[in-house]
Amino acid sequence: MVHGGGGRAMTELIRDLFQRHLSNPILDQGHDAALLEASSGRLVVSTDGHVISPLFFPGGDIGSLSVHGTLNDVAMAGARPLCLTAGFILEEGFPLADLERIVMSMAAAASEAGVPVATGDTKVVEKGKGDGVFITTTGLGVVPDGVEISVTRAKPGQAILLSGSIGDHGVAILSKRENLEFETEIVSDSNALHTLVADMIEAVPDIAVLRDPTRGGLAATLNELARAAGVGMHLDESAIPVKGDVAAACELLGLDPLHVANEGKLVCLCEQADADRLLSVMRAHPLGRDAAIIGRVTDDEARLVEMETEIGGLRVVDWLSGEQLPRIC
Amino acid sequence: MHATRVRVTGLVQGVGFRPFVWHLAEEEGLSGKVWNDAAGVLATVCGPEDAIIRFLCRLRAEAPPLARIDDIRSEPDTSVLDDAFAGFQIVTSIAGEVKTGIVPDAATCPDCLSETFDPKSRRFRYPFTNCTHCGPRLSIVSAIPYDRENTSMASFVMCSQCQAEYEAPADRRFHAQPNACPQCGPRVWIEQSGSEVGTSDPIKTIARRIEKGEIAAVKGIGGFHLAVDASNSQAVETLRTRKNRPRKPLAIMARDLDQVRTYCDVGEEEADLLTAAAAPIVLLKSKQNTALASGLAPGTDRLGVMLPSSPLHHLLMSELRRPIVLTSGNLSEEPQATKNAEARETLGHIADAYLMHDRPIVNRLDDSLVRVSRSGKAVLRRARGFAPAPIRLGEELRQSSVPVLAMGGELKSTFCFLRNGQAIVSQHMGDLENRRTLEDFQKTLALYRRIYDFDPQLIAIDSHIDYLSTQLGHRLAAETGAELTEVQHHHAHFAACLAEAGVSPEDEASLAIVLDGSGLGTDKTIWGGELLVGGYKHFERVAHFRPVALPGGTAAIREPWRNLYAHLQAAFGSDQAFEICDSVFGDRFAGRNLSILDRMIAKGLNAPLSSSAGRMFDAVAAALDVCAQRQSFEGETGLTLEAMARPFASIEEGYPIDIDGGETKIFTWKPLWATLLKDLQAGVDRGRISARFHVGLINALSKCCLQIAQERKVKRIVLSGGVMQNELLLDGLAERLRNTGMEVILPRELPSNDGGISLGQAVIAAIRAEI
Ligand SMILES: [Fe+3]
Ligand SMILES: [Mg+2]
Ligand SMILES: [Zn+2]
Ligand SMILES: [Zn+2]
Repeated sequence: MVHGGGGRAMTELIRDLFQRHLSNPILDQGHDAALLEASSGRLVVSTDGHVISPLFFPGGDIGSLSVHGTLNDVAMAGARPLCLTAGFILEEGFPLADLERIVMSMAAAASEAGVPVATGDTKVVEKGKGDGVFITTTGLGVVPDGVEISVTRAKPGQAILLSGSIGDHGVAILSKRENLEFETEIVSDSNALHTLVADMIEAVPDIAVLRDPTRGGLAATLNELARAAGVGMHLDESAIPVKGDVAAACELLGLDPLHVANEGKLVCLCEQADADRLLSVMRAHPLGRDAAIIGRVTDDEARLVEMETEIGGLRVVDWLSGEQLPRIC
Repeated sequence: MHATRVRVTGLVQGVGFRPFVWHLAEEEGLSGKVWNDAAGVLATVCGPEDAIIRFLCRLRAEAPPLARIDDIRSEPDTSVLDDAFAGFQIVTSIAGEVKTGIVPDAATCPDCLSETFDPKSRRFRYPFTNCTHCGPRLSIVSAIPYDRENTSMASFVMCSQCQAEYEAPADRRFHAQPNACPQCGPRVWIEQSGSEVGTSDPIKTIARRIEKGEIAAVKGIGGFHLAVDASNSQAVETLRTRKNRPRKPLAIMARDLDQVRTYCDVGEEEADLLTAAAAPIVLLKSKQNTALASGLAPGTDRLGVMLPSSPLHHLLMSELRRPIVLTSGNLSEEPQATKNAEARETLGHIADAYLMHDRPIVNRLDDSLVRVSRSGKAVLRRARGFAPAPIRLGEELRQSSVPVLAMGGELKSTFCFLRNGQAIVSQHMGDLENRRTLEDFQKTLALYRRIYDFDPQLIAIDSHIDYLSTQLGHRLAAETGAELTEVQHHHAHFAACLAEAGVSPEDEASLAIVLDGSGLGTDKTIWGGELLVGGYKHFERVAHFRPVALPGGTAAIREPWRNLYAHLQAAFGSDQAFEICDSVFGDRFAGRNLSILDRMIAKGLNAPLSSSAGRMFDAVAAALDVCAQRQSFEGETGLTLEAMARPFASIEEGYPIDIDGGETKIFTWKPLWATLLKDLQAGVDRGRISARFHVGLINALSKCCLQIAQERKVKRIVLSGGVMQNELLLDGLAERLRNTGMEVILPRELPSNDGGISLGQAVIAAIRAEI
């Protein structure tokens, strides 16, 4: 692959590749800007740059991840996604075959999610000035009337629900990147959650907060929420689902699954009275089969996330500064 | 006729000092007055010169048991006229004017004890008997001034008899805030499954139940304890299971010194500590083949013993033929319960019955733990009976005036206030990652700030940003506008010992051997086996243990086998390490994914480098099959290795340890491992191997230390850090170094582990502020 806007043949080639795999009526308009019908209600827009090593991992690749990540950000506002846009930065020399694989996976993810990629752009940078491929996606969605999902609605007493097991994505990425061979291959949970969210909202339109615990894991997400909303959280360790192989890998690696990233899970805060109904709706959806009520919001002034451990202790679930250096003396 | 003005400084308020002065003056026929002020106690005495001289001598010699006199100064008082005083008077202090510190809780004094057991006394068998010379203090205070309404005795209105005692200067209960009697004070009762069990004598009844093998939750001074018959192995095992405390040593309470001697060797200093007002747990050498259960302190020949610290405990022990296990009332790793409701909830599935009382515990206080070894006394945990007595600092440190708050560490947390050269170190509070401990820490800090009217201008924190104490420090700094200053972990260990020993900031440099678990170093790696030269202001890392990976980070601290592999890998490389694991330690690594561990080390994947001495002990322990899979409590490997080595320590040669030269010297372990592995394969006794390890460390450390001392012209050596709680290592090093003429100083009143670092942080910060 040659660099720059000049390589006309190459630009054609790439355009053709995208056209072939991502084809849909809006993209096919072929304009620099896609035209959409205006819809009523409130619009949501979210953008995310995707940088990941390795590009291909069990359960997905940067293509599918860039679709899921952004759709989830839109969905966490309670919105139904309308379309996506994609911007590629390619490093000169990036294998065309790999690019095609990524675009195909992106297309498959978008079509499975039922959301078209409306417009896109590609730039090629000099060798050494990129890391293979970066993808920025933007998602547009519409929030149904009556739905008001916001951190500010987190209130003491609410139930905390989690849609499934934690740690899968982070451990899958790490094992692949560092060539760690566990007995069973650990697969990323990368998935688009908007249909699960739609089911949840239909059952309980009054859901207060939705979040996807990605980087920093469940611990970071809940701490962020607690701090922003001025509340505390109380978790029950035994209720938090962790798959056996993920737990074993985390144990060996010395990682706390609470701090490991996810790409297909959500946490939800809702009124206690709605919790059971919401839980059964979540469990009826394929992406929420292992959903669980994992705790409750508290009125802790210190805004701490605390967790009752399996042996009955009460531990502070902290928010680490970055590198995990042991604190024990 | 002479008039003399007397100023007494030290711990002289709230300990019956003014009535004591009054007594002395009356006995010597002196007139005058005595009162408290912000600096201590002041008195004016008038009378014949010889009587005044006798008065001054007796003032020091006969001071009340809880008083600590730092200084007595007297000068002629020319302002006094001959007939100024008719008799001697106690001038009661004006509220708000005097900032009285709080003294530690004190065990029952002899007078109160005989009253409690005197059938003719109105306090016969009363479990809350106390006076000015004894009783609860810090444990019951909720605010200042230290008056009854600011203690948990507020709701108990004194009967007329108690009130009369309280008001009579001649009475030893004059102004004794927790004064009480069966008429007006707290009461005890027995509870089971949430309801009171009718009995005429709850203490006798609970004693019978303990004798039957039941587990009793007993509300004490600083928190709930769990009690079982210490000679009933099965009861002890049940307690361990229910408490989820498989191997950590359990302390016992004995009736009196004679009973202690039945089970343990008791030296003179140990006897003094056992019977001191602080009534700590004293670690003693236990005798063989006694009636006590074998599972009290598995793997060691030391046993923690304490004597009764309140009339309640005296009464309980008088009903029992044998000592009882008395361990903190909690689930392992949780703080002990202090509130009745909390105890009902958290101890419900542990205790068969409760001995409750209705005097609330305001401040949680664990039992203090001390030890006497050849190097002298060492406080291993400082809480009930010791805190919050100020730590005396040297003259120069007393000059610093900036109020400093030091936040301490993460485990074994304490905080420290430093102002006008007086250091107040809080009681041990424990692991801040525990939610309830963190809450306690904040609550206690707030209380101390009120008691000492303390507004920090400077907040000292550890350089590890993830310590919850550090985060709290940041938050406090934002709230109060105080400035923050970071102190390196082992520098704090170093400085704490210097400060306690009264070393001046102007003194020449010292050399510290800090052997520790882990603390963040200035190079952002984890330190823990350090030789530092310097003082309060600066330090230089002159030697250290070779950094070895901690594969799995915190997991490597819990699981010694990880350190064994990391050490073998560091010494011999991966291929040989695999082979050794296979041929020498097959079963110890069975089912462990060594290739992933190896990759983690190679890639630095959650495998930070650390020069930790604690992890070195872990690695050797794992090699000797000592809790190789997991430590059940922090420091288990060290404790066990030390006990194993003890019989052989004086007869074994040490393992060779290389010290690589260069500007900074590095202890490397390849020769040690090579010899140790050979010994293992030759079937050498594991105790001998452990002894050879200990002796090897002592040899290498003292050799390196002396070389550096010579190069740097250093004459004073500091020994500190958590690993220095190892008696063999500490005594061995101290003796070796002293024999060469070095001055060796050790932590005495504060633990050498992280319980002491708040003091070090505080003095370093204070001295930085002076520059
Ligand atoms: Fe330390
Ligand atoms: Mg985003
Ligand atoms: Zn007394
Ligand atoms: Zn009374």
